[in-house]
Amino acid sequence: MARLNVNPTRMELKKLKARLATAVRGHKLLKDKSDEMVRRFTVIVREDKALRDEVEAELSKALAQFAVARSVTPAYSAETAFAMPASPVSAECSTESVMGVDVPKIQIVGNLDAQGLPYTFSEMTSEADYSVILITRLFPKLLKLAETEKALRLLADEIERNKRRVNALEYVMIPQLEETIKYIRNKLDENERAAIVRLMKVK
Amino acid sequence: MTGKIAIIGGGDGITLFKAAGVDAFPAPDGKKARELLRRAAGEYKIIFITEELARELGDFLKRFDEQPYPVILPIPSDKGGTGYGDELIKNAMERALGVDILSNNGKR
Repeated sequence: MARLNVNPTRMELKKLKARLATAVRGHKLLKDKSDEMVRRFTVIVREDKALRDEVEAELSKALAQFAVARSVTPAYSAETAFAMPASPVSAECSTESVMGVDVPKIQIVGNLDAQGLPYTFSEMTSEADYSVILITRLFPKLLKLAETEKALRLLADEIERNKRRVNALEYVMIPQLEETIKYIRNKLDENERAAIVRLMKVK
Repeated sequence: MTGKIAIIGGGDGITLFKAAGVDAFPAPDGKKARELLRRAAGEYKIIFITEELARELGDFLKRFDEQPYPVILPIPSDKGGTGYGDELIKNAMERALGVDILSNNGKR
């Protein structure tokens, strides 16, 4: 490991020692942060996986139901029935901090079951009603999935960045500082010995 | 702060979301989807996108991973799931941990 290009003086030695102490402390803190983030990540990843499987299964059920509804209704009447916009759903979006990473927090607003269908009952078959209800019921889960999945990706990025920092400190910065400190010490000792020898000779 | 929800996708599936109160934008291909997404990103907080399109726009979607919002969620379309969502989870896991902890659990 290359040592830093500094003058071997007591001043520099003192400065470098202070820097080394800071680097070691920072390394420890970052390592702890990394450990905790990984722990949180594993919890979130399990949760996310379970949720995704559940949502995908229910969503394909709803979509299959909808396909049935489409197939029993003429295309044009289905188009007109669904052309009207339904009462829009919206969600309360805020952020939450997980280990210093801002992750989304989503909460659905209003009562979903109170919503009516966007078409009259005479326009579409009951299969369509059923599929719309299915998908509406699925919304809280869908939004929860959106939230956890985004958190997962944000946390993964942060863990990666943090890991790089820890490694830079552990394998570059700290060895470099240690080596330079050792070099300066040797040099100073050498100077001291040289001075003593010189004094002895003079005497 | 209240956010709106949108869906971008191909096929009939998005009509169903529209009926449930989500703003739907039909996109036949990746190019159109990218354009729609760019416009929707400012206005909508949560955007669902069908897996086929999400796969096509993979790199473009990564750009949204810097901030908490908008949240872009790939969902299976009416043609059925392609496993893209699982792939994303796996990717994130391998980047963060270096191993796939879920598949190990499956084997045991």
